Parts: sequence; C-alpha cells; structure tokens
Amino acid sequence: MLKQYETVFILTPVLSEVQMKEAVAKFRDLIVANQGEVVYEEDWGLKKLAYPIQKKTTGFYHLLGFKADPDFIAKLELQYRRDERVIRYLTFAMDKHAIAYAEKKHGPAKEAVPVKEEKPAPKPKKPVVDDEIDIEEED
Amino acid sequence: MANNNEIRFLNPPTVEVKKKKYCRFKKAGIKYIDYKDPEFLKRFLNEQGKILPRRLTGTSLKYQRKVAQAVKRARHLALLPYVTDLLK
Repeated sequence: MLKQYETVFILTPVLSEVQMKEAVAKFRDLIVANQGEVVYEEDWGLKKLAYPIQKKTTGFYHLLGFKADPDFIAKLELQYRRDERVIRYLTFAMDKHAIAYAEKKHGPAKEAVPVKEEKPAPKPKKPVVDDEIDIEEED
Repeated sequence: MANNNEIRFLNPPTVEVKKKKYCRFKKAGIKYIDYKDPEFLKRFLNEQGKILPRRLTGTSLKYQRKVAQAVKRARHLALLPYVTDLLK
C-alpha cells in the first residue's frame, strides 16, 4: 500500500551546483529504486536559514513529493542521517487535504484521482485575508 | 452646578464595539495549513516568534492544532526561528 509523502531536505551550502544536483539525484533514485514514485519536485535554491545550523547560515532546500511504502521512510531517513551533505530533513505523511493542496499547486497526479469539488470557488493558494484580525498584544 | 444630574466625564467613555472573533480557516474553508509558507504562518506568531493563543486569534481548536504543528515543522526546517526578537 503506497502512501503519499513529502520530504524537504537542506543541503550544506559548501556544495557546488553539480554536487548539489548529484545529492538530489541520489535521493530521487533511492525513492525510485524502492518501488516509490516521485510525484513532484521543487528546488527552492539557496535560502537563508532562520537560525544557524552547523554554523551555516544558508542552505540548498529541496522538496520531493513521492509515493512509497511506509517501510521505506525509515530507510530514507537513515540515508539522510548518514549523508553529511544533509544538514536538516523533514518527511511528512500527507493526508487527503494535503494531497488536494499539493495537486492544486502542482497539477493533478498522473493517475486520475477523482477530485472532489466541495465548493465552486477554488481555494486560493494563500488564504486571502480580507480584514486583518486584530491581535491585541498582551504584554 | 454640583447637583446637576448629568454625569460628566473628563474623557468621553469609549463605547467598545466588540468585534466577534472568528476562525479564519472555517470561514475561508481552508483545510490544510502549509508548513512551507512562513509568511502566512507569521500571522500566528508574536514578535518573539511564539505561537499566539486562540484567545487572541480566534482560531478554532481544530485549526489551532494544525497551525501549531505547521509552525513547529517550519521551525525545524529553519523557515521560522525558534527564538527571536523583532520578527515582522
């Protein structure tokens, strides 16, 4: 039974463009080699970190949306931990709302999953906030 | 005069019109809160990067949990700071 996941990892900024691509390819191949399927991919490029990790202030962010067997996640995370190019990772099991959101963003997955339209108005990517809620700060 | 029945205030009393708080997720029909969007999540943080309580934002319990989870994921990925000053 395949489940859909999303994984984000941060690679150290000391890598060159080629090395970075190679590291990404390694994880992509790892998914494919374990009967997984990469659904979508996002390269966020070199981003500034909100706080230093391993004395680095920037990192290459990469996101992979994939379908895989739940047992595979342990293997993937083991590879993340072993690979010293990865400074941070997060794997996220997606529920139906998350999948719907991702499909809206990246286009539907290859297999035609019947999209249930709840409302005629499409959900905006960023929720529109028409009126700012006033957050009274307590000090 | 002193025995004037009219009560006079130095400052006119402010008549507070309480605006009803509402859950923006329920109102807008948002089902999923993206942890990859730090700019949106910042609406639920104070200047120190702490998660604001429901009593201030009006978020329903169901979505407050999701907001909290998303903020924590974003912090892990260094999209949001754990501690800071003068966020925003």
